[in-house]
Amino acid sequence: MLANADLDALFLTFKVASISTVLMLLLGTPLAWWLARTTCSWKSAINAIVALPLVLPPTVLGFYLLVLMGPSGLIGELTTWIGVDTLPFTFPGIVLASVLYSMPFVVQPLQTAFASIGEQPLEAAATLRAGPLDTFFSVVVPLAKPGFLTAIILGFTHTVGEFGVVLMIGGNIPDKTRVVSMQIYNHVEALEYNEAHWLAGCLLLFSFTVLLLLYTVSKTQPNVQQLK
Amino acid sequence: MQTSRISRLAITLALLLFGQASWSATVLVAVAANFSKPMTEIAGEFEKATGHSAKLSFGSSGKFVSQLKSGGPFEVFLSADEKGPEKLEQAGLTVPTTRFVYALGKLVLWSTRLGYVDDQGKILETGNFKHLALANPKLAPYGIAAVDVLKKMKLFEKLQPLFVQGENIAQTYHFISTANAELGFVALSQVIEKGKITNGSGWIIPDNLYTPIRQTAVLMKKGAKNLGAAALIDYLKSKPALAIIKTYGYDLAK
Repeated sequence: MLANADLDALFLTFKVASISTVLMLLLGTPLAWWLARTTCSWKSAINAIVALPLVLPPTVLGFYLLVLMGPSGLIGELTTWIGVDTLPFTFPGIVLASVLYSMPFVVQPLQTAFASIGEQPLEAAATLRAGPLDTFFSVVVPLAKPGFLTAIILGFTHTVGEFGVVLMIGGNIPDKTRVVSMQIYNHVEALEYNEAHWLAGCLLLFSFTVLLLLYTVSKTQPNVQQLK
Repeated sequence: MQTSRISRLAITLALLLFGQASWSATVLVAVAANFSKPMTEIAGEFEKATGHSAKLSFGSSGKFVSQLKSGGPFEVFLSADEKGPEKLEQAGLTVPTTRFVYALGKLVLWSTRLGYVDDQGKILETGNFKHLALANPKLAPYGIAAVDVLKKMKLFEKLQPLFVQGENIAQTYHFISTANAELGFVALSQVIEKGKITNGSGWIIPDNLYTPIRQTAVLMKKGAKNLGAAALIDYLKSKPALAIIKTYGYDLAK
């Protein structure tokens, strides 16, 4: 069965994934909105940068984050300058890494959803004197709901399944950076296959339940796009 | 007439292909991360001396044991410990009586800062550091040795909250070399060049503070018929190979 260390790792994983998903939505929504609407010539370049983490193998990305976040790296110098510790081996460090790593999975579905809304609903809202924020929350968000759902699901699950980045910058510290994928890996490496099977089984079951809930909830709500 | 010419051609081709193979074979070797530098050098000399070539894969010994148990293709396995090859032997995957200790691993407390680590390890008691890097003792023999040292010095409880663990000794080295951890325990072979610690400062830890790291090699059954594999096992015991092993700070088994 599961040992305490395994339960701690499970709990930590869902904490990292939840916080990362919220942060990715907060940062990714304006970015995706801008990318979907802009005609700026930098658009392709920004799009490419957002997609870059998909190209790099996670351990490679993790290694460069270790260098960048270290005392002589750019991010490291910044964190020292504002007076906080360097980020590797800390909880905020792996959250930041997860956000960078999973960002494309949040930005891309949102961008597609925003782009498919088109001009008409926005113009209609404007003629009814809705301000930009009002338009965004009363028109865009409901219309782009499937996109948000996909973004949340992909962002969350991708962070739960993350391994290589955390391996490189985590340092395997209980309750801070030892997430469930690390713990399963540790079991496998130590040839503790039984423990690995149990933990992997629980992770699958829990993730399945979360996904099932999300998909069920999204189905019972009226689908606004069909009303168009 | 025509058929005999074809068969002659076939025989020539076969001789060329298989004859070649028996003279210079390729050996797949799984090498523990700490031994990557010396083994690269040894493989070069081995090729020059015998004409066989060694293809090296580096990683953690634990991962190699898992892979070899599930039919991994490696023909020679250079583990960082004694346990892995023993397990493989018990599973009947190795060629009997080929197991031997090729080197005794040396542990070093190392930092990239000059003059930071003193030659008695006092820094462990007095230092004001935030992170102490070591290899995961559950997975890596150098991690077990590091824990031995801290326990002997009665510092384990005090320093445990500062541990950052690498999955293998190479990753532990990254933590320290990027200065994310101020200091940590790595293999001497990783920081030594021509018999000296060239970068930063280090304390080569006395043998009596940790259980010997008996790095063991074994010939896998997969390589039983490969002449190159047997030749590599022999070459690892030869004078030129032992000389290389020594320059990387390892002791030799008695």
